[in-house]
Amino acid sequence: MPEVIKDYTRKIGLPRIIIAATFVFLFILAFFVNLPVAMLVSNIIRRFGMYGVLVLAMVPAIQSGIGPNFALPLGIVAGILGALISIELALNSFWWALIIAIPIATVVGYFYGKLLNRIKGSEMLVATYTGFSVVSFMSIMWILLPFSSKEMVWPIGRGLRVTVSLESSFGNVLNDFLGFNIGEVYIPTGLLLFFFGMCFLVWVFSKSKSGVAMKASGDNPKFATASGIEVNSYRILGTILSTVLGAVGILVYAQSYNFVQLYTAPLMMAFPAVAAILIGGASANKVKISHAIIGVFLFQGLLTIALPVASQVFAYGNIAGVLRMIVQNGIILYALTKVGGE
Amino acid sequence: MGEKYTLQMKNIHKEYYGNKVLHGIDLNVKEGEIHALLGENGAGKSTLMNILFGMPVIHNTGGFEGEVLIDGKSANIESPKKAMEYGIGMVHQEFMLIPEYTITENVKLNREITKENFISKLFGKRAEKLRFLDQEQMGKEARQSLDVAGLDIDEWVRVKGLPVGYMQFIEIAREIDKENIKMIVFDEPTAVLTESEADNLMKTMKKLAKKGISILFITHRLSEVIYAADQVTILRDGKLIECKPTSETNVHELAALMVGKEIELPESVDSSHILEQEVVLDVNNLTVEMPGEEVHDVSFQVHKGEIYGIGGLAGQGKIGIANGIMGLYPTKGDIAFNGSPLILNDINHVLKKGLAFVSEDRRSIGLLLEDSIERNIAISRLHIQKDFLKNYGLFKLIDQKHVRKHALEMIEKLDIRCIGPEQHTGKLSGGNQQKVCIARALTLEPQILFVSEPTRGIDIGAKKIVLDLLVELNKKLGMTIVMTSSELAELRMVCDRIAIVTEGKIEGTLKPTDSDTDFGLMMAGEYHKTHNKGDDSDAGSN
Repeated sequence: MPEVIKDYTRKIGLPRIIIAATFVFLFILAFFVNLPVAMLVSNIIRRFGMYGVLVLAMVPAIQSGIGPNFALPLGIVAGILGALISIELALNSFWWALIIAIPIATVVGYFYGKLLNRIKGSEMLVATYTGFSVVSFMSIMWILLPFSSKEMVWPIGRGLRVTVSLESSFGNVLNDFLGFNIGEVYIPTGLLLFFFGMCFLVWVFSKSKSGVAMKASGDNPKFATASGIEVNSYRILGTILSTVLGAVGILVYAQSYNFVQLYTAPLMMAFPAVAAILIGGASANKVKISHAIIGVFLFQGLLTIALPVASQVFAYGNIAGVLRMIVQNGIILYALTKVGGE
Repeated sequence: MGEKYTLQMKNIHKEYYGNKVLHGIDLNVKEGEIHALLGENGAGKSTLMNILFGMPVIHNTGGFEGEVLIDGKSANIESPKKAMEYGIGMVHQEFMLIPEYTITENVKLNREITKENFISKLFGKRAEKLRFLDQEQMGKEARQSLDVAGLDIDEWVRVKGLPVGYMQFIEIAREIDKENIKMIVFDEPTAVLTESEADNLMKTMKKLAKKGISILFITHRLSEVIYAADQVTILRDGKLIECKPTSETNVHELAALMVGKEIELPESVDSSHILEQEVVLDVNNLTVEMPGEEVHDVSFQVHKGEIYGIGGLAGQGKIGIANGIMGLYPTKGDIAFNGSPLILNDINHVLKKGLAFVSEDRRSIGLLLEDSIERNIAISRLHIQKDFLKNYGLFKLIDQKHVRKHALEMIEKLDIRCIGPEQHTGKLSGGNQQKVCIARALTLEPQILFVSEPTRGIDIGAKKIVLDLLVELNKKLGMTIVMTSSELAELRMVCDRIAIVTEGKIEGTLKPTDSDTDFGLMMAGEYHKTHNKGDDSDAGSN
């Protein structure tokens, strides 16, 4: 019997078991402290769909061998630009935002991929600071860029607002699409469909000639070279895909949140995504799509449920906010120690 | 030369994970003696030296059996530091010097001479490490050692930028600068030296021996052994073959002893019909910049239906030939394949033309260890010939059924022992991994197959199976094979002709049935030297 347990532990992975157990424990606790469980479940499902694509963006990056994409803000900024431009042009549609964002992300991803090919071996650190730099650079741009839509600019002075409401454009378009209630739990059908659709596309790509070659060049660059696969160009392809998914991801996130957040908001957004995929079972060079799905569910689920429970148990002032930081960064820290795999 | 033994190693046995690499080796080095240790790659020289220096790799793998005596007293060498305390020094093949330091600093590293300063006076005995360096005294002593080593260069020059020949002597100076030095081990010291530098080195060795320092000289250059050494010990396959004074032997005998193996050679190899066949691969002036295996200006021809062997010692360039032709390392030269020129340094082109390659580095280049057998087999063809794909209108996806069918065929044909086509290749045994590599190469349906080190790191039974497989491919399918191997015996078992590569050049081409002596001489790069002297050997080279 213990052998069987060991076997399962190895298969599922100890960290996933611990986190899943904590998740279940907190969930039970939520019942006892009389939290509105239905609302919590709705929240978990919503956040699952909301963050899903951002986490999925890690998959092509890891597959192509550049490791977890800490430079996700590059894609995020491209996505935000797509949203802002679509509003500026009064197109006001999620799909238009996508159509504008994807080419921007492709170009950005291409040049970033070129950069990564020059610094092989230290991708993660360079990526982190590339992300930070671009967020700071765009903070200047948000002031200087000639946007004029009243929805977005400050009423007085110059530049874009810190948050731009999507109420009149594409706020909640996916969440509301075919949405329904099971009891008190809201199912955002469109959001989930979109996320799983993206997963399917990434899966289809992994079965194509390019996908197989990209994975081979990530798994073993020497092997790939010996098979005539151009490793560098597949690394660029992986970077582009990751950046594009980052752009799509932030649009999904924004429509669900109902706001586009500018300036320093994207600064730290790569970390929860990286943490989620690592918790899902990926390592710096091995990943499956299922890791993204499991990871985002566990990570966001745990965050959603930990905070209300914590604030019920310790009802002192703003302790919930502090706890949020501890839980979130704790999970990230734990996940980062697992970068090398288990 | 005294009658006292500086070093005695008695009945040394060592095994790595059940694989016996040393079978009862004895090594006796007298005081002031130059003792040569001779053997092919894998003969056990390095393992023996690792034991002598107490390297962690020995103790981490269960230690060794046998006894080591230094100056007649039993010695327990459990770490390199201990070896140093016993007075054993080593001059490394790859120089262990700090480029940014001066010669003196390198010679005196970690044995610096110090003098007091006010801080160390203040703190007394505890502050020994805070003392200043006595540069003057250090320089003087380094100078003395350099003089003994025979290097007349300023002792305050930085090591960086010095020619490699000098570094060797700095290492020697460092060793003899140690007060208690009794014995110095030279690990293939002449490999990187020019001829005159090598001469100098051997003169220095003789000088040191006269001072009573014993020298253990590891090499595969036979003439140096005869010239410099007093005594020679020959190892082969982890066994002690012979130990005799060099005055009682000659280059030819040493060559035969180093190589000779009890192998079943084919009764008679008739390679004449092979030479009548058309030339498939015509290589001219091939130069390959593969680090550690450089090839200089090599020309050869491979005929249709032939198994062409490339042999030689490690680091001499034999590995570079196949890697260069395939385009994995920067290559120059003219290669014609089936009469039309081959574009160099373009793997895609070479693979498309019908050349396939089984790499010598199975685990890091040959396989995707964390992917399935079927994927490993299919991937090259999928990429190069765009096969194994199914059209779904908008996009083409991998045709899993086709991949599976092909993998099952290969598994049966090559007898790959596995749980199923989905098993990861990392979980297979070495022999079966090799078969997967061969299966992938065959899947490309090549006209010529390059196989490098096909039996490296696989057990004896599997070796035979892999070799038989190659012969079968050759005989049944008429596949032309270029096989590179460090194991001369296996080349002689399967090849029609064997080229021996020494110092990046083809020293000569032999028939498998040629004598051990000829093979040995060629591998040591002494074949032409002895033959040009008008030696009376009847070797058949072509």
